[in-house]
Amino acid sequence: MLEPFFRWCESTALGRAVAESVWAFPVLEAVHLIGLCVLGGALLVVDLRLLGLGLTSQPVARLARNARPWLVGSLVLMAATGVPLFLSEAIRAYYNTSFWVKICTLPVALTFTFAVRERVARREADAPGATGRIVGGVSLALWFTVAAAGRWIGFS
Amino acid sequence: MIERFLGWLGDTSWSVALLESLYVWPLVESTHVLTLGLFVGTTIMMDLRLTGIAFRKVPATAFTGRLLPWTRFGFAVMAATGLLLFYSQPLRYYHNIFFRAKVVVLVLAGANAAIFHAGVHRNAGDWDEDTTPPRAARIAGAVSLTAWAVVVIAGRLIAYNWFDCDLQPQSAWVNRLAGCGVGAAGAE
Repeated sequence: MLEPFFRWCESTALGRAVAESVWAFPVLEAVHLIGLCVLGGALLVVDLRLLGLGLTSQPVARLARNARPWLVGSLVLMAATGVPLFLSEAIRAYYNTSFWVKICTLPVALTFTFAVRERVARREADAPGATGRIVGGVSLALWFTVAAAGRWIGFS
Repeated sequence: MIERFLGWLGDTSWSVALLESLYVWPLVESTHVLTLGLFVGTTIMMDLRLTGIAFRKVPATAFTGRLLPWTRFGFAVMAATGLLLFYSQPLRYYHNIFFRAKVVVLVLAGANAAIFHAGVHRNAGDWDEDTTPPRAARIAGAVSLTAWAVVVIAGRLIAYNWFDCDLQPQSAWVNRLAGCGVGAAGAE
């Protein structure tokens, strides 16, 4: 049912331009990876803290507030590079299980991060309790799934 | 000499098995890439503090003390998986200009970290709470951010064979940088 849409994606000017260029795909991939690094750092600083690890001397709320622009910025960077990467090989993605795992987990991870985690992190002051630990663990598990499935798109 | 050693290394049965494996190589590669989020990710957060760009109210030693063990663990995983990946195709990587660039910048990043820890970090107690750390710390943070970005980009581009020795003709400077030419016949 969705296949015509994926075909259309691949036929867009941006998709064609990336697919036909020698350098565009690799360069977009490299910048996508830089985004992954910043995202990983911005997530871990807060999630480790929620788990009672890492920067334990700092209030969760402060770390979350400081990390937020880097979290949002890295997600914007990953979307800005990820969308053209997808457009260039949309039909391949359509038949790729890893792509579907990634694209289905991504909205869950985003919703959890900005609806649940953000609220909990803002409320947690000094010593996160069981809720904090669960939220930190779920956040890391969700984003790990997105990243691992994303890497596996290239292998499957 | 290096060529002959790497040629021998790449012909060992474990190297061949690793390269040809259906799942082990991709799993090692995936671990290498995903650990970027831990190693480079926590490094970036520390550098943002050292440059005074972010986390300005968080003491710098919280990063160099509490977060550094995680950074170190990430580095250990990256080094172990990276060495395995190199072991799977030693000659190809040895003659890959992106790999060479990556190794050079890795050494620079390591030297920068060593200078920071032996230098301005020794009296971190004096500037721990400063929203803008001293010049030497800011420079160390900025050099680190730049170096690791280059390492990540060069690392990703190793996968592409545009400049490989067996893809001649290449311009003279590529052949020189990649060490192609006499003795490079074994490059795969």
